[in-house]
Amino acid sequence: MGQMITIEGLTKRFGSLTAVDNISLSVGRGEVLGFLGPNGAGKSTTMKMLTGYLPITSGRASVCGFDVVSDAIKAREKIGYLPEGSPLYGDMSCLLFLNFVAEIRGYRGAQVKDKVNLAIERLELESVINKPIETLSKGFKRRLGLAQSILHDPDVLILDEPTDGLDPNQKHQVRGLIKDMAPDKAIIISTHLLEEVAAVCSRAIIISEGKIVFDGTPEDFAARSSIHNAVTIRLTGEDLDRVGNEIESMEDVHRIETINETGVLRLIPKDGAVIVEKVSLLMRDKGFKVDEIFVERGHLDEVFRDLTIAN
Amino acid sequence: MGSTWVIIKRELAAYFSTPLAYVFIVIFLSLSGALTFFMGAFFERGQADMNSFFSFHPWLYLFLIPAVSMRLWAEERKSGTIELLLTFPMPTWQIVIGKFFAAWIFIAIALFLTFPLWITVNWLGEPDNGVVIASYIGSLVMAGSYLAIGSCISAATKNQVIAFILAAVLCFLFLMSGVELVQAFFQPWAPVFVLDAIQSMSFLIHFNGIIRGVIDLRDVIYFGSIIGVFLYANSAVIDLTRG
Repeated sequence: MGQMITIEGLTKRFGSLTAVDNISLSVGRGEVLGFLGPNGAGKSTTMKMLTGYLPITSGRASVCGFDVVSDAIKAREKIGYLPEGSPLYGDMSCLLFLNFVAEIRGYRGAQVKDKVNLAIERLELESVINKPIETLSKGFKRRLGLAQSILHDPDVLILDEPTDGLDPNQKHQVRGLIKDMAPDKAIIISTHLLEEVAAVCSRAIIISEGKIVFDGTPEDFAARSSIHNAVTIRLTGEDLDRVGNEIESMEDVHRIETINETGVLRLIPKDGAVIVEKVSLLMRDKGFKVDEIFVERGHLDEVFRDLTIAN
Repeated sequence: MGSTWVIIKRELAAYFSTPLAYVFIVIFLSLSGALTFFMGAFFERGQADMNSFFSFHPWLYLFLIPAVSMRLWAEERKSGTIELLLTFPMPTWQIVIGKFFAAWIFIAIALFLTFPLWITVNWLGEPDNGVVIASYIGSLVMAGSYLAIGSCISAATKNQVIAFILAAVLCFLFLMSGVELVQAFFQPWAPVFVLDAIQSMSFLIHFNGIIRGVIDLRDVIYFGSIIGVFLYANSAVIDLTRG
């Protein structure tokens, strides 16, 4: 699997402020990289350098083997980019705008029509195609921005907050689109929605104050949570002390928490071990009536806070 | 150059999709008409030429052209579309040229629409049409110089009002550098070559040369280099102020 995006020691300084501090990473075909971080952490700045909008202070970046500074035009041909906030020409209609982008991308004549129609279809823009962009809802604007970025079927997609401002249905649709395109592209998306990372990304990178503080799969990320693989059970009709005593005898259970709700216990395992089967067996053997039992994946925002505030 | 043409088409379409184009053309035509007939005493002079029409162009352009150029880049900066534009696979200078030519073509259209006056002059008398054509060309290249200055200033700000005012002031300085008022300010202390240099920068002097019917290569080179220098500066300003 060849690396489609390579970043080495990328740094951006604005005066005395270091916005991006010596970041290195690479993304291969088929990967969807989720870029996470608090506002101002350097997500957008990194993306802007990668797309050639911002000059690089030091380090280098390349896309499909083309350096984004010395081979800027070729690198940009390979990139589809959705800038933050999806800026568009408000006075144009959707169709004219997409035609314009297709022509800028070098298509002519019938090719323009084909490419534009395909993008319209993929983003379901048929109903607004002749409307002026400034009259569109936020959701349509975002989708039009996405249509513009995928129009030339680029090898690399860089999407800055692609689902920001969309309603849950639209979010679902855009995530589906990203997943569909993922196998033959390298995609970077930035977001502050942690659930989005779990939903679409094959890998997550968290940056804080310009530095990478985490790089791994969304599962690794969840595993960092103190309650990862914990089992929560609700037993309304039982004597919780008695249940607690029984559970304490289990070897994999590290500690029992009583949740501030009647009849709910949370069992924290030792070293993230999987204990759900043993717990449910125990409950059955002892004849406790369990109303509800589920496994905690881990609180993503807790991990996020730990990683970004401690830094 | 293909993508430059794409930019020109988009920009021109943008002019005509808003009232800007129509307002500009109507104001340009009515003002140039009013100035020609009332202040320029077109009929009273009793001469079959268009001097009373062209001699007001430097003043008319002084505030009308910054009104066209102010949005060229400031608007892109304000709406954020500049980020889209500058990450398309084309060099900055092609975008600069494309935007400039779109605005220039637009002004050429407005200038072309003054042709009824030319017909009138030809109907009333026998003007030297060579001079008229030279004057039209001169007026157009001077408009290009105003535009290049305005475009460069527009690239430096996201505020269109600031872009308008600064462009008008800078154009005014170029326009006035030849007149006695400005020369009198430098005369007491500046050496002669500085005085000559300042005087030779004047739009007015070069333009007046052209509308007298003498297309001097130096005048054309002068306006051409003003356009070149300011478009180059325009590109540099964009690249220096990214982000």
